[in-house]
Amino acid sequence: MREKLEQIRLEAVQALEKLNSLNELEDFRVRFLGKKGELTLLLREMGSLPADERPVMGRIANEIRAFLENELETKTAVLKEAELRQKLESEAIDVTVPGKRPAAGKLHPLTTVLNELKDIFLGMGFEVAEGPEVEYDYYNFEALNIPKNHPARDVQDTFYINDNILLRTHTSPVQVRVMESQKPPIKIIVPGRVYRSDEVDATHSPIFHQIEGLVVDKGITMGDLKGVLDVFAKALFGPETRTKFRPHHFPFTEPSAEVDVSCAICHGAGCRVCSYTGWIEILGAGMVHPKVLQYAGIDPEEYSGFAFGMGLDRIANIKYGIDDIRLLFENDIRFLKQF
Amino acid sequence: MKVPVNWVKDYTDINVSVKELADMMTMTGSKVEEIITLGEDISNVVVGRILSVDRHPDADKLVVCSVDVGQETVQIVTGAPNVEAGQLVPVALHGARLPGGVTIKRGKLRGVESQGMLCSGEELMLKEEDYPGAGVNGILILKEDYAPGMDIKEALDLGGEAIDFEITSNRPDCLSIIGIAREIAITCGTEFRMPEVSLKAGVGDINEELAVRVENPDLCPRYMARVVKDVKVGPSPQWMRRRLAAAGIRPINNIVDITNYVMLEMGQPMHAFDIEDIEGRTIVVRNARPGETIKTLDDKDRQLTEDMLVIADVKKPIAVAGVMGGANSEITEKTKCIVFESALFNAPSVRLTSKALGLRSESSMRFEKGLDINTVALALDRAAQLVQELGAGTVVNGMLDVLSASLEKRTISVRWNRINELLGLSLTVDTICGILARVGIETDVQGDTLTAVIPTYRNDIEGAADLAEEVARVYGYDKIPMTLMEGSAARGQRSRKEKLLSCVKNRLTGAGLYEVVTYSFTSPDIYRAIGYTDPAEYPQAVKIANPLGEDQSIMRTTLLPSILEVLSRNYNRRISSCRIFEINPVFLPKSLPLTELPDEVLTLAIGEYGNDTDFYTLKGVIEEVADLLGLGDRLCFERSSHPALHHGRTAQILLDGKPVGFMGEVHPKVLENFQLDVRSCVAELDLQTLLDTANTEKQYKALPRFPAVNRDLALIVDKKVTAAQIEKVIKGKGGKILEAVELFDIYEGKQIPEGCKSMAYSLTYRASDRTLVDDEVNAVHQKIVNALEAELGARLR
Ligand SMILES: [Zn+2]
Repeated sequence: MREKLEQIRLEAVQALEKLNSLNELEDFRVRFLGKKGELTLLLREMGSLPADERPVMGRIANEIRAFLENELETKTAVLKEAELRQKLESEAIDVTVPGKRPAAGKLHPLTTVLNELKDIFLGMGFEVAEGPEVEYDYYNFEALNIPKNHPARDVQDTFYINDNILLRTHTSPVQVRVMESQKPPIKIIVPGRVYRSDEVDATHSPIFHQIEGLVVDKGITMGDLKGVLDVFAKALFGPETRTKFRPHHFPFTEPSAEVDVSCAICHGAGCRVCSYTGWIEILGAGMVHPKVLQYAGIDPEEYSGFAFGMGLDRIANIKYGIDDIRLLFENDIRFLKQF
Repeated sequence: MKVPVNWVKDYTDINVSVKELADMMTMTGSKVEEIITLGEDISNVVVGRILSVDRHPDADKLVVCSVDVGQETVQIVTGAPNVEAGQLVPVALHGARLPGGVTIKRGKLRGVESQGMLCSGEELMLKEEDYPGAGVNGILILKEDYAPGMDIKEALDLGGEAIDFEITSNRPDCLSIIGIAREIAITCGTEFRMPEVSLKAGVGDINEELAVRVENPDLCPRYMARVVKDVKVGPSPQWMRRRLAAAGIRPINNIVDITNYVMLEMGQPMHAFDIEDIEGRTIVVRNARPGETIKTLDDKDRQLTEDMLVIADVKKPIAVAGVMGGANSEITEKTKCIVFESALFNAPSVRLTSKALGLRSESSMRFEKGLDINTVALALDRAAQLVQELGAGTVVNGMLDVLSASLEKRTISVRWNRINELLGLSLTVDTICGILARVGIETDVQGDTLTAVIPTYRNDIEGAADLAEEVARVYGYDKIPMTLMEGSAARGQRSRKEKLLSCVKNRLTGAGLYEVVTYSFTSPDIYRAIGYTDPAEYPQAVKIANPLGEDQSIMRTTLLPSILEVLSRNYNRRISSCRIFEINPVFLPKSLPLTELPDEVLTLAIGEYGNDTDFYTLKGVIEEVADLLGLGDRLCFERSSHPALHHGRTAQILLDGKPVGFMGEVHPKVLENFQLDVRSCVAELDLQTLLDTANTEKQYKALPRFPAVNRDLALIVDKKVTAAQIEKVIKGKGGKILEAVELFDIYEGKQIPEGCKSMAYSLTYRASDRTLVDDEVNAVHQKIVNALEAELGARLR
């Protein structure tokens, strides 16, 4: 009996090593551990053993059974794993085939750049204000210290509707509208569409977009203007960007400045984009002219403020390296896809 | 303002390089546009003396010259007819460069060695007005006595540099060489030297020659005149011609050149009249009379109006004041006696006149910015002095001066520390006064108050802010420390409208549409293009009085044409599929002509063609936007018509029953008008109203706890029955347990009777508090079927 048991164990171990598939495993289980399997059949002969041998043989038989079941389980796991691996391998695909994209459009680059600018100024505590594109002469010129027949009107060739109504030439009229309706402190940016009767070419468009800023409060200084615009320029063009303030003249600010930023392409070394100067002019700015404050009913002795303005189209062109403003208004899908 | 560096050096020293000077001037407010190197394209051309002229052995038309060029004598062959021994001429030596990129090399002409070339005026790019004789056919014969070998650029003053400044409208005083010299002195800390103006005694008495009467002193606060007799009109000297040319003014004759020279030098426009043309020997400064005309110096007839100021004699206008002289009193070769005018005209008046006549001149662009009342006298004497120096005539003693304004300097008083407060600096009062003194402003300080005496050439300085700018630009904008203002807590945030707008745009791009940006003005003809047949029905539009062209002359009342144009452009560039939207205002006048601002209504327009787009894909996009704004249940679509659209495929869009837009497939004729050969769909919505009405508050609804029962419903109905009608009946009879109705199939054709269609719905029934039993569902479902049969003639399929 003992020999037979050992014989079964030996045969089972040998058979086990040869097993290669889950089917063979099942055959093995039936052959050795099944109801009619070798071990079961042998155990049935236990009755013919002497009573004192039975517990010993029973224990040995159970040990073998436990051993075989354990081996079987291990082997099954290994084979299942191998089989799964093979199945997955057979399902391999070409991962270099292009993906199936959802149909997605894009915002216009002007919107994207505007969003970026808004985020920068919102982060500095500015709010967004808006005003009409068809505007009164009063708000566009008069209240900004540009009376009728002032030579500064020549600089901004104006589309008129009639003597009193025109297409705004800048977003500055919104400054006046806000100052009229709101007491300082005022801290706003004004994005918007503006009009000048320029013939179209690569750098001019009779319709373009500006973003304007205005801060009015007690104790606002030109140092604050420089600080805010420096933070802005670094946020937009990168932390190593420098700003340069040059004296200039605008009728609605005094002192006034034009602001250059160091060229983001060549970092000041000089390149085609910056006309080999290392600087790009992007902003006009200054301290709000006392007359403008007065027009809006704010006491210029008590309050001061600064204002700045820039061309959104120009910023977009600089940022994306677009060399022709007309592309922004052509709306060729192949152009719009790039942003 | 083009400023020749050599000229400005007469009035101040320049102790830095021209490039450095340009950078420094830019930082004190005189922005440099460009540094122009004069005569850059001429090299190795020298003065030569012709020693002998011999015939060429083998060519009748050529001569062989021996030329002394200083260090050596060279042999040059030329075909010019006007060379003679003893003449001084420009010689281009071997390796010389001439304007236009020409390089001269030694060589042989018909077998005879030529070591260079004798130059004509034309070859040096000189015109007759640059140098008398430069225009003749032949070699340029130099009249002055130069040493052979001298560089021709030095001899003819063709070299040097000029700086082109951008002068802002508040600084007309800088439209002059002395103005720029003053700024250079301020910038570099050098001394400014005013030209010394002194006259030798003249002849006679001006009061015997001329009278001046100013009838409108408001428009002419000062009018001054001098008379010059025995005038010899001819070319002005080389140095004056070169300076004028380098500053961009064409030399004409000595008298005109003197007026231009003084204008450039002092910034005071001047004019010279031939006294013989002044009838009654009286100058009358008056407004033009009705119907008066004048032929100006540019030979154009000008119609004058009564608001224009003219210089006249007792009978007729002889100049448009401050703008341009008349051809009737022009200086000619025959002129013997002249009147110099130096005056101050009212700036807005000159600007209006110049604009009305469409005539801008060097004179008008200075007067219209406001000039210095004291320079008027100085400039007049300067002109007389130049006449004496040039020997151009005999100055008559005395001058006429009709003055109605003050010559005194203005004073302004400010709290001096306001300057620091505006700039964010803490300069001492001494520093401030020191800087102001440098820019020519005398100061007096009493306690907090600073009283500044403003030079009469600085009409732009009115208050503390202006003084602050003077201090800042001299002190250095770059030295103002950067700060970030303190004060009330930052509270920057987007407005409700902005947030919603941003959501809408993102939803649209998420749905596959591209945002476009187009012009807000358009052609009045565009209404015909989008299908309007009767001009009387064109929408009222705001009209631009001075448009760039008729095709950009009205403010758009609809975005539709812009969208069609973009679709067309892409289609004609072979883009197979295009889905776009634009969000911008349309301009709707309340009444015409415009007395108040038009309504600017924020509008959303969408257009699509290609890639399985159709009416329903576009409608789906609109439904998505409506859902996003919480308006999905309140929006409805009704069959409608629109001139631009296919009349069977047009819907009006209603919000709470009120129209907010339309959508549909574009009419074939309109497609043709826009060169679109593909079915396209468009929509236009009043986004303003949608945003104003939007309700984006969200409230959680419990997830269903009991199972739903689904029943399909396949109907055959007449083709005219709409989905909206069917849905209304279903919902009406479905009661509380009808959770959802979904149309999943529409079919016409085989097995469906002619004039009918099959519509298949999936109905979902559910109760929130129990599991529905079949009997309950069946009863409701049957009620729906019965109602559909009764009300819409529907049959179950
Ligand atoms: Zn660069």
